[in-house]
This record gives sequence, structure tokens and C-alpha cells, in this order.
Amino acid sequence: MAISTSTPPDGAPGAAHPAGSGSGTEDQRRSTLLHRLDVRVAPYAFVAPFFVVFAAFSFYPLIYTSWISLHRVELSTLNLMEWVGFDNYTALWDDDRFWNALLNTFTIGVLSTVPQLLMALGLAHLLNYRLRGSTFFRVAVLTPYATSVGAAALVFTMLFERDFGMINWMLSLVGVDNIDWDNSKWAAQTAISTIVIWRWTGYNALLYLAAMQAVPRDRYEAAALDGASRWQQFLMVTVPGIRATIVFTIVLSTIGATQLFGEPLIFGQGPNGVTGGADNQYQTLGLLLYEEGWKNYQMGRAATVAWAMFLLLIVVFAVQQVVKRVLARRA
Amino acid sequence: MTTDSIPVRATDARPGSVQKKSRKSATPGGRGRQLFRHPGAGRQHHAGPVAYILLGIAALFSLFPLYWTMVAASTDNTRVTQTPPPFLPGPHLLENLGKAWQDAALGKAMLNSLIVAGVIALSTVLFATLAGFAFAKLRFKGRNILLMLVIGTMLVPPQLGVVPLFMMMTELGWGQQLPAVIFPTLVSAVGVFFMRQYLSEALPDELVEAGRVDGAHSLRIFWSIVLPIARPPMAVLFMITFVHAWNDFFWPFIVLDMSNPTVPVALTQLSAGYVRDQSLIMAGALLGTLPLLVMFIVFGRQIVGGIMQGAVKG
Repeated sequence: MAISTSTPPDGAPGAAHPAGSGSGTEDQRRSTLLHRLDVRVAPYAFVAPFFVVFAAFSFYPLIYTSWISLHRVELSTLNLMEWVGFDNYTALWDDDRFWNALLNTFTIGVLSTVPQLLMALGLAHLLNYRLRGSTFFRVAVLTPYATSVGAAALVFTMLFERDFGMINWMLSLVGVDNIDWDNSKWAAQTAISTIVIWRWTGYNALLYLAAMQAVPRDRYEAAALDGASRWQQFLMVTVPGIRATIVFTIVLSTIGATQLFGEPLIFGQGPNGVTGGADNQYQTLGLLLYEEGWKNYQMGRAATVAWAMFLLLIVVFAVQQVVKRVLARRA
Repeated sequence: MTTDSIPVRATDARPGSVQKKSRKSATPGGRGRQLFRHPGAGRQHHAGPVAYILLGIAALFSLFPLYWTMVAASTDNTRVTQTPPPFLPGPHLLENLGKAWQDAALGKAMLNSLIVAGVIALSTVLFATLAGFAFAKLRFKGRNILLMLVIGTMLVPPQLGVVPLFMMMTELGWGQQLPAVIFPTLVSAVGVFFMRQYLSEALPDELVEAGRVDGAHSLRIFWSIVLPIARPPMAVLFMITFVHAWNDFFWPFIVLDMSNPTVPVALTQLSAGYVRDQSLIMAGALLGTLPLLVMFIVFGRQIVGGIMQGAVKG
């Protein structure tokens, strides 16, 4: 019996031996061993890239942020870290700009998320009808999503311009005086929210539409037999049927709203962008983070703002959970 | 060996289960070709006139700002800043595009954005398909826990780590360089989940088993069995990732500067000038969005399909 020491190429064509066929040549035993190793190890190798990149560039920075926030670090000397304990946090707590940015982030978040998701729900309902040209409508409402933040913010900044902007011109047709969209707090926040709403409503509508199409039809038939009107069917069948997707979009929009940055920055036009207007009237936490780190060169403070944003997210989700529980109990 | 010679008995005969069909090219032919099929396709009431009017308004609102960008970019500054504002395109489009191209250094920005978005989209698709295949069809210890971890990572906003990330990149000597933008986004949890959902349904277990019986190792199975089947969702994932990478703003704005920007970063330059030529700003905005719009006009239907497929938990 000749024993060859050359390993056969893996998966030699035509070498169809059922695994574990127990014929005991060296070659086969080795390839069985290789095969077993492959089955055991390959899955981990396939999922490894994701976890490696995530650990290195997302998870580790997030943890390290909390460490940096306990230090004084200047942008110009990143390798010099001076331990200051919780000083950054107390300074942030006493800083009016922080509370202002927190409140702005919250109000712009509500102003942009609530109408956006409600309109997306209505839009999805309309798209769920049997339509002529349904592809056109779907692509049309999704187009804003493919517009870059920069471009969208530039266009809307111009539409909201005080003296010659189209929106003020339209309002003047119905007798409303020019609104100073940039300098009045609520007007500026409304304008910024409009950019967010414009970009994301269609996207969310498509998510809802997909979920709506998966709602079993017999539920509607049952509701119709019970004499439910179209509107009641929408409330009693459609909305509960896509609850999971609604929760998903609320989570995504909340994360997005917490980190709002590009829209207010560009709306603020240049040098004033990072302060969020002359009186910080639309400075969000994202802008404050950038200002602390890259305008005031205080990386430790920037890290503190980032960590505060993270805590804010956790608090918001906790509140959402509580609200969900309460609503479920009342239902 | 090719997958075609493997006899597949479709034990799973659900209506409209995707098997042989999905091995065609990535360009769907005809209506209703979906990546996933669901039993009970919602309601099929016909739309009344009110629905059409409302949808028309929604489409108008969605498209008008882009149309107006084009109008403003094709007039001159004095005309744009008059009231009533112009509603029809003027004669200066190419001239303004050329000026904006130079003023905002858009040439370099476009190239940078193409590289960044292209590399990120490619690597996302590759790693998502690999991981998605493992999660969908391979058995290994801790599979469910790891999958939960992947989904959990969606809740961690990557931007919160910008401070240490900036320090890391400075240390690596990547400040103002494209790798600083590319590396943190080489993978995507949404992508992994999306591919897993698709492959769970579209890839019959028998095919993987047959490959095993023929002695093919996992990578070989991935290459000759999984990839041909996964082509349609890979194309969709590529496009969606490309859009996101092209539009990413916060991190590139921090780590790149005006000497080496991506498109959204370069566009901020347009709004920062004290002498503000509105029609040039709009020309720049138009240029910055053009590549995505072209992709959308050509592949809009597939992108819509992809977003809808990814939304539904299988």
C-alpha cells in the first residue's frame, strides 16, 4: 500500500466521497481532518471581519471616549493627557450652552421626527393602494434620500432666505410678512426640521409600505366583516400589523436626531455655522461637540459632550420603553 | 464544478419561493420581482382620485427642491435674488457648473467621494455576504448570540467615538487622508442582517449540502454556490451603501480639510464665502448630488425594492 504524502487539493473535482466513509488511506483521513477543521473554523472566519472592524473603530472609541472625558487634552498636543477627574462634567453641567444645545436637540428632534413619521405613515398607506405608476411615486418620494446633506441644506437655506427666498415670497402672497428664518429661534428650528423631514419621509414611508404589504389579508377581511370602515381598518389592522417597523423607525430617527449636525451647520452659513446662529438658537449637541473639540481645541470637553449624547440616547430609549409599557397596559 | 449540475429537490414549495429565478442577472425583468416574497400581499383596493392627488403633491414636494436647484443653477445671481423667484431654467447652466467646479475644488472632491464610496460599498457587500452566509446557513457555536450582537451594534451611533477616532487617525498619520474616512465604515450591521435575511430564504440547504458532499470547502462553496445566488441583493446593498457613504458628513468634515475634501465637505465651502453668489452655490449643490441622481434614475426601482426588502423581518 503506497502512502502518498502529497495532500490532495481541497475539493478535488470528482472526488465525491461521502463524509465519514471511513476508508482508511492517509490521504482521505487528512482531507477528512481538513474538512472537519473547515466546518468548524470557517464560520468564525466569515463573521470575523465585521466584528474586528466594529471593535476597532466603533466599540473601542466609544469606551475610550469616557476615559478621555476625564482628562484635559488639547487638540494641538493630543498625546498629553492631564487627569482632571470629573471636572469636565461639572463644567458642562454649569455651562448654559450645554443646556441650550440639549434643549435645541430635543426640540428640533421632536419637530422633525413626529411629523416625519406621521406623514410617512400616511404616504405608505397611499402607496399601498393599487396604483398606476406606483414605481414612479416610490422613486419620486425616495429621491430626497439620495440628495447629499450638503446639497439639501444649501437649497433649503436659499428657499428660506429672508429677503428673496421662495418660501417668504409664497407667504407674502397670502399676506404673511417676511419671516427671519435664520435669527428667530422657532423659525430657524422649523426650517432645519424641514430639511430633515424632506430627506427622510419617503425613506420611512417605504419601510412602512414593505411592512404593510406583509400584513395578512384575512385580517382586513375579518375587520371588514365586522363592519369596520377603511379608517377603522387602518387603525385596528394596519397600524398594529406594522408595530415592529414603527418602533424600528422611531429608534433610527431618534439616533439620527440626537446627532443632527450637517443641516444646522450649513444652514448657519459658514463661520457662524458651528455656533448654531448668532445666539446659539439652533446649536445642537453635535455642533457643540465640534465647537469644543475643533474650535476651542478642548478634546476632553468634546469627549464629555459625546458621552452626554450617549447617555441622552439611553435615557430617551428608557423613556420610550416606559411609554410603550404604559400604552400596552392601557390598551 | 458548476452549481447547475446539482439536482435540487425543492422540498420547500412555498408559493413564489425564490430559487432558480434569483440566479439571473441583477437587472430584474418585469414587475413584482422581489428579493423576498411574503404571503398575503396587503390590501389591493384601487386608488381613488384623492389618493392620486395626495401622491402627486408628495411627489411634487419631493422633487421640487431638486428641480429648483437646477433652475437656480442655470440663471445668474441677480435673477435668483429677485422676487418673484424664477421658476424656469435660464441660459447659464454650463457656465455656472464650470465656475462652481473650480471655486469649490469639486473635481478633487468628486474623485475622493468616488473612491471612498466605492471602496466602502465594495467591502461592505463582500463582508456582509460572507457574514450573512455564515449566519444563514452554517452551524456554529454562539451563532445566535453573535447575531444578536450584530443587531445590537446598530444601536451604537459610531459618531460618538469621534474624539478617540480622531486621535487614532492622527497617530496613524492618516489625518486629512481618505483611509481615515474609509476604515471606520468598512462593514455594516444592517448589511449583514440584510444578506442573512435574503440567503436564509433564497439559498436552499440542499445546495450547500451537495457542495459539502462533493468535498468543497466553505470558501469554495461561498464562491461557486452562494455568490451567484446572492447577486441581486448584493447589487442593491452596493447602491444603498454607496448613497450613504457619499452623503456621510460628520466624520469626514472633522477628519478631512479643504485641501482634500469629499463632496459634502467641499460643499460647505460654498456656503462659507462672504461674497455669496447664489446661482454658483446652487450649481455646486447640483454637481454634488448629480452622481447619486444618475444612479437613482437608472436603478431607482431596484433601490426602492432593496430598501423595502431590508425592512421586513423574515
